[in-house]
Amino acid sequence: MEDFLVGLAPPLIKGILLGGLYVVIALGLSLVFGVMKLINVAHGDLVILGSYFAWAVMGWLGIDPFLSLVAGVPLFFVLGFFVQKFIINRTFRISLDAALIACFGISIIVQNLCQAIWTPFNRSLLTDYRLLTFAVGPLTIQLRYLLDFIGGLAVMLAVRGFLRRTYLGRAISAASQNEPVAERMGINPNRVYSFAFAIAMACAAVAGVLQGLTFSFSPTSGSPFLIISFGVIILGGLGSMAGTFIGGMVFGLTQTLGAYFSGGSLLVQSIAPYLLVFVILSVRPQGIFGR
Amino acid sequence: MSETAVLSIDRVSKHFGGIVAVKDMTFEVQAGEVLGLMGPNGAGKTTLLNIIAGTYSPSSGRVHFCGRDITGLPAHKLCHLGIARTYQIPQPFTSLSARQNILVATEYGGKKAAGMEHDKIFDLVNLSEQKDMPARDLATVSLKRLELARALASNPTLILLDEIAAGSTDAELPRILGIIEEIHKMGKTVVLVEHVMKVMVEAVDRIIVIDKGEKIAEGTPGEVMKDEKVIAAYFG
Repeated sequence: MEDFLVGLAPPLIKGILLGGLYVVIALGLSLVFGVMKLINVAHGDLVILGSYFAWAVMGWLGIDPFLSLVAGVPLFFVLGFFVQKFIINRTFRISLDAALIACFGISIIVQNLCQAIWTPFNRSLLTDYRLLTFAVGPLTIQLRYLLDFIGGLAVMLAVRGFLRRTYLGRAISAASQNEPVAERMGINPNRVYSFAFAIAMACAAVAGVLQGLTFSFSPTSGSPFLIISFGVIILGGLGSMAGTFIGGMVFGLTQTLGAYFSGGSLLVQSIAPYLLVFVILSVRPQGIFGR
Repeated sequence: MSETAVLSIDRVSKHFGGIVAVKDMTFEVQAGEVLGLMGPNGAGKTTLLNIIAGTYSPSSGRVHFCGRDITGLPAHKLCHLGIARTYQIPQPFTSLSARQNILVATEYGGKKAAGMEHDKIFDLVNLSEQKDMPARDLATVSLKRLELARALASNPTLILLDEIAAGSTDAELPRILGIIEEIHKMGKTVVLVEHVMKVMVEAVDRIIVIDKGEKIAEGTPGEVMKDEKVIAAYFG
């Protein structure tokens, strides 16, 4: 029994810590969907763009990826604001489908842009602390996974605090719950959309750094993260920040435990979370924390 | 239009496909007036409110507010100009507390001069004890009051009340009448849609009766209740 528990501890810890990365990635998708009911299919690619940004800054100036966020987060925020203002908001005048197609377009452009600038080769953010491990009692913890968890918790709390406590955050919450009434209260929906997309892009910048430290990436590695984000949001429940956080943990845990109990099968590791998503969709479609 | 008119509806029609919801409607609301809109179900009262509040654009005709042509302006602009409305079925922001619901209205809808203090608004609508509760936990009666509080928080010139008394018990009616009276005393112009006759008769200065999208009668409550067309529309 004791052996069993000791064996179980590493996948448990890794799953929870890795979940933090999924949380940061899913938050941006969840926010955009919550506010404008748009599935931003470019979100995974924007995360990878964030990884490339940190990688490029590191290559050119030798600056640490986390430090590069000082420029990356504002840059992505502004970029997101204008992408929404000048592209997506305009397509909304036609229909929601048009906006979805615009997102597909952004996805293709971002992928090809990354490919043109940085070639299709695999990259990763090779910092000297990337592979550091440290021991807690009998357990070994990898620093990059711990960073994922801290990042996930920090971004979730920041977004949650922003939505609850700020002037703009309340407008975003109000518009995502009942847009016609929010507009009646004097909130300009297009402005709220622009800020929501800007925040989603800022999250993508952070997610990009965490992702780049955890895994390697190429211009096309965004799509799996889009799918993972869907899973996280379904598990946690849409519109709940805490739910997204738990959803990320559950997703990570299902992956690592799936791998552990199948003797390291990659197939089981990738399929297990989606089986759980399937179960949750059938018994509790609003998600674990959804209302 | 006359100089004191806050709202002027000029030959407004609204079609939904082949269905005519409002037909060639013309009337004015004077500053400080309480106007009642009355009519059988489906007469077009709520559609008319939606046109005034900017939810729908009229198919034809113009709407003026304080001398300014507001036809087709989006709801958030009308809110800033000073038009607020409540909904027949309360539409709170469920995850926000009652106080935060009001904050949203003040922060975004507030125009030039500051309106009433939040505590006064809560006192007026008798919601002071529940102001920190999440809106999803409030009872329907309280939600109706929150609708009113939220509309007042944006400091409107014109306030549109869509059936605020519907679903209330007789015991609650004096309170509602009192609130309308208070709003009136603040110098606000009120347009109210109401089925509860007691509210109609006691609260309003003038009634316009609508049937099948058209105005069929207009006058003081006493005059309108005796009108043959009104009796015919209600009792066939």
